[in-house]
Amino acid sequence: MSTQPPKIELSGVHKAFGPKVVLDGIDLSVARGESVVVIGGSGTGKSVMLKCILGILRPETGSIRIDGEEVVRMKPKDRDRIMKKFGMLFQGGALFDSLKVWENVAFGLIQGQKMERAKARDIAIEKLAQVGLAASTGELFPAELSGGMQKRVSLARAIATNPEIIFFDEPTTGLDPIMADVINDLIVKCCKEVGATALSITHDMASARKISDRIAMLYKGRLIWVGPAKDIDHSGNEYVDQFIHGRAVGPITMELRA
Amino acid sequence: MISFLATVGRVFLAFLAHVGRMSAFTAMAVSHTVRPPFYPRLILRSVIEIGYFSLPVVGLTAVFTGMVLALQSYSGFSRFAAEGAVATVVVLSVTRELAPVLAGLMVAGRIGASMAAEIGTMRVTEQIDALTTLSTNPFKYLVAPRILAGTLMLPFLVLIADIIGVFGGYIVGVYKLGFNSATYIARTWEFLEPLDVISGLTKAAVFGFLITLMGCYNGYYSRGGAQGVGAATTNAVVSAAIMILVFNYIITAMFFGK
Repeated sequence: MSTQPPKIELSGVHKAFGPKVVLDGIDLSVARGESVVVIGGSGTGKSVMLKCILGILRPETGSIRIDGEEVVRMKPKDRDRIMKKFGMLFQGGALFDSLKVWENVAFGLIQGQKMERAKARDIAIEKLAQVGLAASTGELFPAELSGGMQKRVSLARAIATNPEIIFFDEPTTGLDPIMADVINDLIVKCCKEVGATALSITHDMASARKISDRIAMLYKGRLIWVGPAKDIDHSGNEYVDQFIHGRAVGPITMELRA
Repeated sequence: MISFLATVGRVFLAFLAHVGRMSAFTAMAVSHTVRPPFYPRLILRSVIEIGYFSLPVVGLTAVFTGMVLALQSYSGFSRFAAEGAVATVVVLSVTRELAPVLAGLMVAGRIGASMAAEIGTMRVTEQIDALTTLSTNPFKYLVAPRILAGTLMLPFLVLIADIIGVFGGYIVGVYKLGFNSATYIARTWEFLEPLDVISGLTKAAVFGFLITLMGCYNGYYSRGGAQGVGAATTNAVVSAAIMILVFNYIITAMFFGK
């Protein structure tokens, strides 16, 4: 284990949009098979961090390594190879509304891996079953599903290609507490089954406690606290305390006037 | 004064950035259109959407244009006893100018708008990011099939519009203005040269490229929810319409200048 490089390693990642600095030197490493959750308020750069790792955004400075391989400024061809290791659950589901549910789940198999449609379809139905959806759901279009079901389909799509790394972007946002818990359970179960490394971002503390091995807190473009999930309640960090208890008063002040 | 100059400078820089981004987009789009992998299913879908479903609107435009042209040129030419030129005027105007330009404008409204809205919605709901994470290049999957279909199908539509437009002129000429049917047809063919039709079809191919390019470009870079998608749709149609008119002049000058 110690000889293997971390699955994901960020060091000194900076990202700014014009004069607005969003990420101000992020250092984070995620070991193989580990689940790390990054918490932080809205607009603290959580999504930007994820998009930098995915290669959708390019950080100005710093290095991002996947399996010890530098991915910032990587050639498109190598980037495609790295992409195949990833699965992602988007905040809004981001299902393709012109395709049926099973085609959505099988998308990475058909387009990315050039698998035959019939075979990909069988896998898609199997993955739908894994997230507790009947095979008949596969014939529907995403618009015909409820929010919770869309999240499940999206989860099935994220795990369909058996990715080594799965990213979860606010997986429980917009769901009722019970459905949120169902999704959390599914995330834990699915990551175990495919043996994936997980990096999630959320501001839902119940979700963070449930799905993480370690928690990191992002504030003003920096990770101000990183530690095991069980230590989150006695972190000794007043910023973390304020966040996990959801207090309006404390060291974190909401910038109401820009 | 300084602030005025700053504003001018900012607008100018924004304009240059826009031109640069559009050029880069065009280069990317073209390079992905001509290189594999291709998506035959998606190309076929766009071909049907652009070629087949635009037929009614283009046909109606053409038939009334031909009809009104016969009527107008008859009443105008009768002032200097040149009624005999009606058939020639109709066929030359329709094949060289009116069929490509009017069909182009109609298709810009129909196809350019729907492409910008569809791709724009995919952008704001993160579906384009989802494509990337599923190892699929959005340029190849979304942009290339549309541009290919547009460039191929517009000449086909315009060829049909040529025929229907001339037929519209024939109807008015023979049944309303009292021309002899055989004479009208003979007059139609008499001065028509292959270059008249070829120049019109060349225009059509360029317009088809511009319409789909503008639809994809504006959709791809749309920002900020429903309002952003609305703006993208408007921009796609307006910019395509203006470019059609500008390129119409340029291509005419290339074919018939001097």
